[in-house]
Amino acid sequence: MRTDYTKLALRLALLGFGTVIVQQAAVSQISIFGVSADLGPLVVMAVGLLAGSMTGAVMGFATGLLLDFALFQTLGVTSLLYIAIGYWSGRVRELLDPAHGLVPLAMGAAASAAAGFGMALIQFLLGVDAPVSVLLLQQIFVTILVNTLIALPVYALVRRIIGPVLPDEPRRRRRRAYTTGGLSPLQRPAERFGPLPRSPLR
Amino acid sequence: MRGGAEKVVGDPSPVHSKQVRRRRAVLAVLVGLSLILLTAYFGEPSTSPLHTVQRGIVEVFSPIQEGASKVFSPIRDVGNWFSDTIHAKSRADQLQKKVNALQAELGQAQAAETPNRQLSREVRLDQTDNISSYSPVTANVIWQDPTLWYQQIEVDKGSDDGVHLDDAVLGDGALVGKVSEVGPTFSIVSLITNHTVQVAAQVADRNGDRGLLVPKVGDPNSLVLQDLPQLSPGQPGPEVNQQVLTAGFKSGGLGSLYPRGILIGTISNAGANALYNSQQVQVSPAADLRHLQVVQVLTRAQGSTVRAQLP
Repeated sequence: MRTDYTKLALRLALLGFGTVIVQQAAVSQISIFGVSADLGPLVVMAVGLLAGSMTGAVMGFATGLLLDFALFQTLGVTSLLYIAIGYWSGRVRELLDPAHGLVPLAMGAAASAAAGFGMALIQFLLGVDAPVSVLLLQQIFVTILVNTLIALPVYALVRRIIGPVLPDEPRRRRRRAYTTGGLSPLQRPAERFGPLPRSPLR
Repeated sequence: MRGGAEKVVGDPSPVHSKQVRRRRAVLAVLVGLSLILLTAYFGEPSTSPLHTVQRGIVEVFSPIQEGASKVFSPIRDVGNWFSDTIHAKSRADQLQKKVNALQAELGQAQAAETPNRQLSREVRLDQTDNISSYSPVTANVIWQDPTLWYQQIEVDKGSDDGVHLDDAVLGDGALVGKVSEVGPTFSIVSLITNHTVQVAAQVADRNGDRGLLVPKVGDPNSLVLQDLPQLSPGQPGPEVNQQVLTAGFKSGGLGSLYPRGILIGTISNAGANALYNSQQVQVSPAADLRHLQVVQVLTRAQGSTVRAQLP
């Protein structure tokens, strides 16, 4: 179990580091509809959705802090936002356990909106001495749209990277065993276990 | 059986409670850490330990980012090719109009150049604060600010190459910002769209009206030239498409951060209401601040010791 956690931590660290590098070196310099995609909230959201609220919050803090350091921004701003994104993505998983394939899309939009509006709010609280353009609002909405479009591929990539070492995987397998008899719908249960026992309460 | 299950859900086990407490504690610690960092960093000067640590991390990151920037350049080019193709038609029309306007301005400038040179020589005008005396250093942009605030970029030249704090930075032949942090092999450039950057600027017209250029936060294509002189009714003021240049000044040991006469942009909107009531016009930056690849840092070669920035 300890090895699993170590492996997960290692993969999450590499994922966070890679996200910051790719975001800065490539994604931030590609303009789509006049804005750039923002991988940070999407990756943190995906980790929260896959690994739970605590892992999501820690990942959000670490990725945000790395971004703040690397971008030479005020420390703590991005990490504060990403903690909220990671934590609430994890809570959605823990409370609702959504199984629909489009959940990462909706969560990606929500995470991007939280990052965009949250960053604007914090910047204003820290003090902006110059006039503010209405275009900022428009660009936040376009960024949410662009991020929503790439949310599914980013989620799939994150799942591919951390999925094999997630400690919750056995529980999910047990749940599948409870609901389907531990088999794929393509297999016939009677061939492996014989007749399934019926509940006396039914 | 069913009642037992409900009892378990309604009355959480000690293990569950422990998990909840641990989760909340971790969240509180992380939020607390972020707030402490934010408060400590915000109130500290640039020589504080946190800033020093941050500079060290950027120093370590810099070569990695430089390598990654080169590796990802084909992907970036493909992405930008699609984006450019979509906007090519409208951009071609805009550029054609710009070329026509610039050709007319070039003719006027060439006609004025010879008498200007002769007159400058006759009155022994101080020519030491022009661009060539600032020893420009060419630098590659390693990364750009991924946020919508267009605040800063990082370039691959630092103090080892003669770059200093507050050096002016040019891109596409126009002012794009100033150096706000400098390390041995990297520099952080605060763009003119950063809300902390203000530039003393003047309109390149007959009056040469001076004002303070500030960004319009969130819009990389718009700046505001404010604090212009009050115009009396009927007096001609700045007009659309007129160039806006750095005002620059030099007085004894004091000098502007920016040399005089660097192009910043052109006036995009000079509405009578804003001009007469608020003494301000809108300026469109000449450089494409979102797609900077190469910039020039004007290092201070002429030996000015004390600097100040107008308003």
